[in-house]
Parts: sequence; C-alpha cells; structure tokens
Amino acid sequence: MHIKSMAEYMANGETPEVLFWVGCAGSFDQRAQRITKAFAQILDKVGVKFAILGKEEMCTGDPARRAGNEFLFQMMAYNNIQTLNGYEVKKIVTACPHCFNIIKNEYPPLGGNYEVIHHTTFLQQLINDGRVKLKGGGEFKGKKITYHDSCYLGRGNGIYEAPREVLAALDVELIEMKRCRTNGLCCGAGGAQMFKEEEAGNTRVNFDRSSEAIETGANIIAANCPFCTTMLTDGVKNKEKEDSVAVLDIAEMVARSLAD
Amino acid sequence: MQLIQQIAFIILAGVSIFLFAKKVGEIRRNILLGRDEDLNDNPGQRWKNMTLLALGQQKMFKKPLPAFLHLAVYAGFIIINIEILEILLDGVLGHHRLFAAPLGSLYAVLIGFFEILAVLVLVSCLIFLGRRNITKVRRLNLKELNGWPRNDANIILITEVILMSLFLTMNTADLVLQSRGAEHYTITSQFWITSNFTGMFENLSNETLIGIERTGWWLHIIGVLIFMNYLPYSKHFHIILAFPNAYYMRLKPQGEMKNMKEIQNEVLYMMQPELAPAAPTDGSQPVQQRFGAKDIMDLSWKNLLDAYSCTECGRCTAACPANLTGKALSPRKIMMDTRDRLEEVGENINKNKTFQDDGKSLVHDYITVEELRACTTCQACVEACPVGIEPLDIIQQLRRYLVMEESNSPQEWNLMFGNVENNMAPWKFSPDERDKWAEELNAQA
Repeated sequence: MHIKSMAEYMANGETPEVLFWVGCAGSFDQRAQRITKAFAQILDKVGVKFAILGKEEMCTGDPARRAGNEFLFQMMAYNNIQTLNGYEVKKIVTACPHCFNIIKNEYPPLGGNYEVIHHTTFLQQLINDGRVKLKGGGEFKGKKITYHDSCYLGRGNGIYEAPREVLAALDVELIEMKRCRTNGLCCGAGGAQMFKEEEAGNTRVNFDRSSEAIETGANIIAANCPFCTTMLTDGVKNKEKEDSVAVLDIAEMVARSLAD
Repeated sequence: MQLIQQIAFIILAGVSIFLFAKKVGEIRRNILLGRDEDLNDNPGQRWKNMTLLALGQQKMFKKPLPAFLHLAVYAGFIIINIEILEILLDGVLGHHRLFAAPLGSLYAVLIGFFEILAVLVLVSCLIFLGRRNITKVRRLNLKELNGWPRNDANIILITEVILMSLFLTMNTADLVLQSRGAEHYTITSQFWITSNFTGMFENLSNETLIGIERTGWWLHIIGVLIFMNYLPYSKHFHIILAFPNAYYMRLKPQGEMKNMKEIQNEVLYMMQPELAPAAPTDGSQPVQQRFGAKDIMDLSWKNLLDAYSCTECGRCTAACPANLTGKALSPRKIMMDTRDRLEEVGENINKNKTFQDDGKSLVHDYITVEELRACTTCQACVEACPVGIEPLDIIQQLRRYLVMEESNSPQEWNLMFGNVENNMAPWKFSPDERDKWAEELNAQA
C-alpha cells in the first residue's frame, strides 16, 4: 500500500478521485490514528484513488473559532484554502465531523468551495455502489451496538441515517440510546472543550453520555468522530467497563468486516 | 345608563390600545438597537417555517403531553377571539349578542364550540399550574426563574383561568335570563356546556342574574384589555413574536458559525498587502468596530428579537449538556439576561433621549465568563427551541469579545491557540509528523 500526497499526484500529472482530509486528531492522536489507518485501508482495498495533503495540511481553525479567536481561524482558513485551491481540489472526504462542518459550511464564504463528504456517508455510498464488499456474517453480525450521534454531523448538518445504514449493512443489532438523533447528547468535547478542563459541575458530560451508552447493554459504542471516540473511551474507563464495552469508529468496524 | 356604558367602553378600549401600541413601539425601537442583518432571503422557506413552527406548533410535539395542552390553550386563545370581536362590537354599539340574529341556529353551535375550548383552556391551565407548582418539572423550577419569571408564569395561567371562568359564568346567567324572557337578552339555542349548569342560578332573581352577567361581561373584556397590555411586559409576548421570529429563523445548517467579514479582510490584507485599500488621504481614521459582542448593541437585531420572543419554557436548558451536568450555563438564562439588559437600555433611552453609558454591559454584569466557557457548541439549545431562538449565536459572539478584546481565555486555550499558530495543530506536535501514520502504513505493506 502506498498513500500518495496531492503533490505526488500533481507531479505525475494525475488527479485523485477524492482528497482525504485527515484532520489534526486523525494525524497526531494515537487512538484516532487507528481510525485514519482503517479508513485509508478501506479506500486502498476497494480501489478509490485518494490523496492526502500530508505535511501541507493544517488545522482547519475549528477549535480557535469556537473558542472565539476569529483572527486565528481566518489565518488557518486562508492558508488551507490557498493550498486546496492551488491543487484544484473538488471533492474532500474527512473522518472528522468538525473538519467536515467547517470546510463544508464555513470555508465557502472565504473562497473555498468543495464537495465535502463525511466518511460515514462515503462508506455508505461505497457499500450502496457495491464497491465495499462485506464478509458474509461479518465480525459484528448480530452484536449489540449503540450509536452515538456526533453534534457536528447530526444536529449540525442533519446527517443521521448514513451511519445507521452502514451499521445496518454490517447486520448489527442496533440499540438506540434514549437521547439520539436530534436529541443526542454531546460527548463534551466540542466548542474547544477538548482543550481545557470542564467548568465546575456535578459530573463530566462524557461520563453522563458513556453511562447512557453502557446502560443500553451494548458491547460496542459506535462513533463517527475522533473526539467522541476519545471522550466516550474515557467515560467507559471511568465506569470500569473497558473490558466489556469497546468504543469503535464506524470506519474501524467496516475495515474489520471487509471481504477478502 | 346604556350610553354611559358605551362611552366608558370606548374610552377604556381606546386607552388600552394606545398604551399597547406605545409599548410595542418601544420594543420595536429596542430590537432595532441591534446591528443590521439581512434576513429577507428565501421567503418561500421562511413562510414555510413560520407556518410549521409558529402556526403549526411543529417542534412542540417533541414533548407530546405539554404539546397537547399548549395546543388547547393556543387554539382556544385564537378561536375565542371571534367571541371577543362580538364583545367589542356589543360594547361599542350597546347591543347584546350582535351575531345571534344573523347567524341563526349556527350561533349557539359556535358559542357551544367556544365553551368547549374554554373548558379545555381552563383544564390545561390548571394542569400547567400543577406542573409548575406541585409536580415541579425540572426545567420549570430552575433557579433563573426565581422571582418575577415564576410569578409572571403563574399570573398568566391564573388570569386565563379567571377569564375562562368569567366567560362560562356569564353564559350560564345569560341562558337563565333568556329562559325567563328578560328584556335585552336575545333568545338563542342552548349552549353545549353552560346549559348543563343553569340549575345553579335558578333561585336567583333577574336583577342578581343581570348583575352577574354584566359583571362577567365587563370583567371579561377588562381582563382581556389588561392582559393585552400585560403581554409586552411579560414573557407571554411570545404569542405575537413567535411568528416573526420563526419567519426570520436560521436557514443555514445549525453547525455553521457566522463569518466575521471585518476580520477576514484584516487577515487577507495581512497576507496580501497589495489588496489593502489605500489609507484615506483626508487623515480620517476608519471607524473601529467591536470584535464580537460586549453588550446588546453589538448583537444583531435577530438576537434581540430572539430575546423578546423567549417564553422561558426551558426546553433549551433541559437539553443543554453543560446544564445537565451541573455547570452554571443555562441557554434560557442567556436569553433572559439579554432581554433584561435590553429593557434596561430601553429605559435608559426613555429617560435620557439617547443611551447614556451606565458602566454596565451584557458580559460580566449579566452573563458571567464561567457560563460562556461551559458551552460545547452542541446546538442542542437551538434544536430544542420551538420558535427558532438561537442562544448559541449570542454565546459565540460574547466569547469572541472575551477572547479578542479582553484576551480573556483560560491558559489551556492560550496554549491551544499557540499550538495552532505555531504547529498548525491544537497539540504540540511537530508538523513534520503529520503524515507519520501514512509512512507507518506504507512500511507495513
């Protein structure tokens, strides 16, 4: 397997089908790197021609903007849009709902117009098109799984069904939490909360959410966001359930269920 | 006697309407203290939102029980206004049951239907009083409601109970008087509800019954006029502002944060100085704009309309992850604080003709930094609001002011800002290692 950068594609005079925007969590966070690798392996296996920006990618500016630092956001966005437009990027897929939301909704007024797809939607399309083929009776068939809607994919952009359709294709037994879809509860990381301690309260948001997920009796909590994955994993550890409950990104579940 | 009643009625109605219009004018002026924002795009979608949310109560039905009770009160309120029209015309013309003759037998059916609505309103308001004061539903008993907001809610409910009771009492007395052929009491068919209660009044004299009927009639219309003037001072003003507020609500995806054109240009001119406009030759300084919002004048008029449209139902707060885990933030309180500050600024203008600095601001004096810091921008508050209010938009603008004008951010955020600026990632990793995962994968193969 050889993952090519946008620069390599351009040097060869080729154009990839899609740019994989990895995001900072997906690039640097050890847990999220596993999601990145799983998604890249799926793309490679089913023959999607994809590129990454590699060292040319920068933070989209999401945490800075949500914290209130508009200057810093605008600087990051300016640089990223220069890079993307320089490579004439048309289509972007990303495994991070925060990157997805900001590039899709907040870059266009700054001159960055792209077709942006979240990886769960992309996976659903690949399954529907027959490009992703799943093992018969795959690894997750019939397993009790609950799905955590991330705020920036769900409420932020109204995407609730694509990830559930991927889970349906994996033939899992989906158990919904009481707070799901539009009523989903945040993992506690958004709005730059990931980068600071929570304010004083009774409990942490991720503890509350993880308890709700554990109470469904599911053995796997499916997520679509590297931040949710981290927060929910911490919550599961806090409840000392890490031996019986796993937190997995949907891409990881698909990667493990691919037909040979 | 009849003429005096007519004149008294006309004066009363005239003064009420004048006072109401004056206060509404003040509120309109207050809302327009906000920054300009063009929200006239896509009228088709906007009419649709107004029809679904304000008229159709679409989002209320996320909670079926209160939604049904609310619908009863709402339908009762709107439809019984036809009866108010008759009362107004009777009052002005000195007539009684003006619509009875032209409508014929349909009249009693109509009044009977209104009576059913009146009973539904009465029962719903009693249940609402119970939910607030006896069963203590969490969102209706949080501390930001202590004092006036709680009293306001109870006053509204009790007023509605009284108004509906008066309407029903009046009709019962009226029916008894009709059956006795009392002068001035137009004969109609039996009304559906009150005809069952005429027995209560059988032993009373005609004079007493006329007294009850007139008292019911006068208190009912006076109550309605007082209630109309109470509205703009109360959270109950939402029965009017829900409509424009739903019309002007956000059409963009909820995840999208508003762009700041002024800062975008600053950054653009910094990166590409050749694009910067030439300095003005007359030596004038460009007007310094505030970054983010410190006070209500820095918010947009839609934020201020939101504040006046809020009926403090607390669905936003009930869905807020920060509030649910015991943090100080309550999206409802953000809206209440914005309205309180706006009212204070409005009174300042009433007194001084223009706003005189009172040394206060929405941030710090009303909304604390701790509250603002706790928001995860999850948009649950925006999603929950039945009338399209956006507490999140205000929170984000206040955060911008804190960070960009006061440099007021927690140390961890300062580190994150530094990392984003220097390492192009919120963590302190070398940018050279950004594609290390890919090298690892390539090496595996």
